[in-house]
Amino acid sequence: MQFERRDAPFISPTSDVGSIMRHVLYALIPAALAYVWFFGPGFVLNLIIAGIFSVLGEATMLHLRGKPVDSTLADYSALVTAVLLAFAMPALTPWWVTATAALFGIVFAKHLYGGLGYNLFNPAMAGYVMALVAFPMHMNLWTAPRMGDIDYQLLTFAETAQFTFTGTFPDYLSFDAISRATPLDVVKAGLNNMQTFDELRAYPIMGDFGGRGWEWIGNFIAIGGFWLLLKKIIRWQIPLGVLAGILIPSGLMYFLVPGVNPSPGFHLFTGGTILCAFFIATDPVSAATSNKGRLFYGFGIGFLIYAIREWGSYADGVAFAVLLMNMAVPAIDYVTRPRIVGHVKTQNGERR
Amino acid sequence: MSTPAATYDLGKLYGGLRLPAEKTVSTSLEIQRIPVPDQLVLPLAQHVGEPAHPVVGIGEYVLKGQLLAEPYGSLSAPVHASSSGKVVAIEPWPVSRRFGENAPCIVIECDGDDTPVAPSEDMAPYNSLPPNALLKRILQGGIVGLGGAVFPTGQKLMQATTMPLEYLILNGVECEPYISCDDMLMREQAAEVLGGAQILMHALALDACYVVVESDKPDAIMAIGEALAELGDERIVLKQVPTIYPSGGEDQLVQLVTNREVPSGGLPTDVGCVVQNVGTSAAIYRWICEGEPLISRVTTVTGPGVRSPMNVMARIGTTIADVVSFAGGYNEEAEQLIIGGPMCGKSVTTDRVPLVKATNCVLVLTEKPVYGNEQPCIRCGECALVCPIQLLPQQLYWYACADNESKLRTYGLTDCIECGCCDLVCPSHIPLTSDFRNAKARFQELADEKARAERARLRFESRNERIANEQQQRERELDEQKAAAKKAGPSAIDEILNRRKNKQQDKDDE
Repeated sequence: MQFERRDAPFISPTSDVGSIMRHVLYALIPAALAYVWFFGPGFVLNLIIAGIFSVLGEATMLHLRGKPVDSTLADYSALVTAVLLAFAMPALTPWWVTATAALFGIVFAKHLYGGLGYNLFNPAMAGYVMALVAFPMHMNLWTAPRMGDIDYQLLTFAETAQFTFTGTFPDYLSFDAISRATPLDVVKAGLNNMQTFDELRAYPIMGDFGGRGWEWIGNFIAIGGFWLLLKKIIRWQIPLGVLAGILIPSGLMYFLVPGVNPSPGFHLFTGGTILCAFFIATDPVSAATSNKGRLFYGFGIGFLIYAIREWGSYADGVAFAVLLMNMAVPAIDYVTRPRIVGHVKTQNGERR
Repeated sequence: MSTPAATYDLGKLYGGLRLPAEKTVSTSLEIQRIPVPDQLVLPLAQHVGEPAHPVVGIGEYVLKGQLLAEPYGSLSAPVHASSSGKVVAIEPWPVSRRFGENAPCIVIECDGDDTPVAPSEDMAPYNSLPPNALLKRILQGGIVGLGGAVFPTGQKLMQATTMPLEYLILNGVECEPYISCDDMLMREQAAEVLGGAQILMHALALDACYVVVESDKPDAIMAIGEALAELGDERIVLKQVPTIYPSGGEDQLVQLVTNREVPSGGLPTDVGCVVQNVGTSAAIYRWICEGEPLISRVTTVTGPGVRSPMNVMARIGTTIADVVSFAGGYNEEAEQLIIGGPMCGKSVTTDRVPLVKATNCVLVLTEKPVYGNEQPCIRCGECALVCPIQLLPQQLYWYACADNESKLRTYGLTDCIECGCCDLVCPSHIPLTSDFRNAKARFQELADEKARAERARLRFESRNERIANEQQQRERELDEQKAAAKKAGPSAIDEILNRRKNKQQDKDDE
């Protein structure tokens, strides 16, 4: 009898990139619902716009690069970029800002580097930072979260859509009436005005830890993150690194110089900390690759987030921190190579 | 009956995988003996080294156990006739080590009588022989490592005696899925396995032996334990290790059992260990104590593509077609024939290949191989988590694609044991092991090319040197002649000129 020749091993792999990316998408569903509940339907519009333009950009680039379009789109990586971008954008963002960010992330940060697997930078964060730097006026339109006991106004879908696509509100709404500073902005401005953190914490928008709404979205993101850990889609090193990188310096500062520094709990639950720890920094392509390297990489991101929040001019620093550490990845990978079995580590590198 | 307590040991194995064992399908029957086939095909190279040289001619009648080919060159091992019959051909035949391509083989038409050669004249008990003589005898038995590496056992042991040794380790850790031949051998021939261990200890002047069995083989552990209790040899200790692939690799086993790492590029003997497969040990026992060279072995015939999976005792040289048909033949879904296990085995293109000393498993799979769904590496690092050598396959892959030789060396390509773990966990379905194998082959080519270039350079340089030397020599002689002529005066010069002229004339006359 005749047979085909093939190379060992003969057992097929069980996972695939598409299923990994789908798991990431599923894991964000609870957080997405929470986001919409607290901040209104803006997130949905952002998601749709980012999704359409990411997938369009991906398909166009694949076509131009002469790569298979259908099978590559099925890896869902463009959609993951879109979802992360939608989470990062303010709930009220003109459509063209989101579209530009999505296209920049996919076209420049991903495909011009060679597509999935070759991109040095996290595409979602590259797109976000591009928008933040290029359109700063359009990147801070945060509305008040659903707060229950105090004054807030959630927009309807129609009102959100009108603003997103035309940049104007219906006559009965004014921008000032609905916009709110984020907890991070409140703290930054407040501390600059010589207020203490405890005074600032009394504001209703500050919630219990990281701000009304924000902290709950954080919880739901963490649930998704733990599920990914359980499913072994992501490993614990990067999340732990990020959280340690932010909690250790903020904890030290909070306890050593009390009053003028936000609590570690605030740093943890506000802004994009938890999203970054479980979903952004864990993008494997742009992260360090050895276990030890991932701890360092995560810690670096966490520390940079803290540094930018504490000493920088931007309110949050997730995107910058991630991109800066992306740049450090080749060096981290080089110095954190594990010792190969049968080799002895010496001061000048490895010898057998 | 009391059995010595099996122990787990504390050595650390990095990475590895827990694979579905798939072994019970082939262990429900006892080892079945395949009758003498019509034809035996015996490759001259059933070991790692150079092919053996035939010592029989075409048409010659040979007996079971008769020497057919003797070792020739380095790391070679003899080949014996597995049954009696007539040598009908010495010709190229498809073999499994070349994936079904041809290699020289001795073909015997069996007469079915299975007449053995007269038993060897000196069957002195092994412990009356000095270790050196014992090693020489082991060499003559055609015994090679039956775990799959087929390193000639005699040479391996001789190398080992040059090193300070502490432990003999018998490898009963059959970690690849589907394969159960060592399991069955230990269940049914535990006494032979332990007898072989005693011979080995005597030959190596060792007094400590671990028989290591994986925890998923309770029957084998029981059998070894009972045989051990009966034997009462306190130097032999039964050890149990957890079921993790690839803990049965030689270096990995040493690491697990003794907590010592075999240095990169080195051998277990560098850390005082000699590892032998349990099957090899039983083969040594049969050769030294019963005079039967290595002419048969236990092989697992299994897989979803075989009608009745089982373990068989087959004569070396039986074709795989005969072996499979003994096990009920292929079923309709049979797609892929593999010699060896599903992780490290070799696929062959035809079942005309013979069963050889290395053949521990004949595996027939029903899955059609899937090609071309390879996606880009997303650097998820799962491969690094399972690598038993702690390599970074994702980085190696990157450098293999770029053909970056120095980086490949830095990242330890040559340390890769090709266990295949990284392939199994890769979500991008990259054939990493295959890529690394190719990269290693390119290394080898490069090294060969370098060696060739080096040889050419040396040849060229020595030629230049030789020419220069000759030139100098000629000049020196000329100078000497000139000096001598000057000393002798003008008459002498005339004489020389005359002589030369005469010589020339003689030449012309001729």
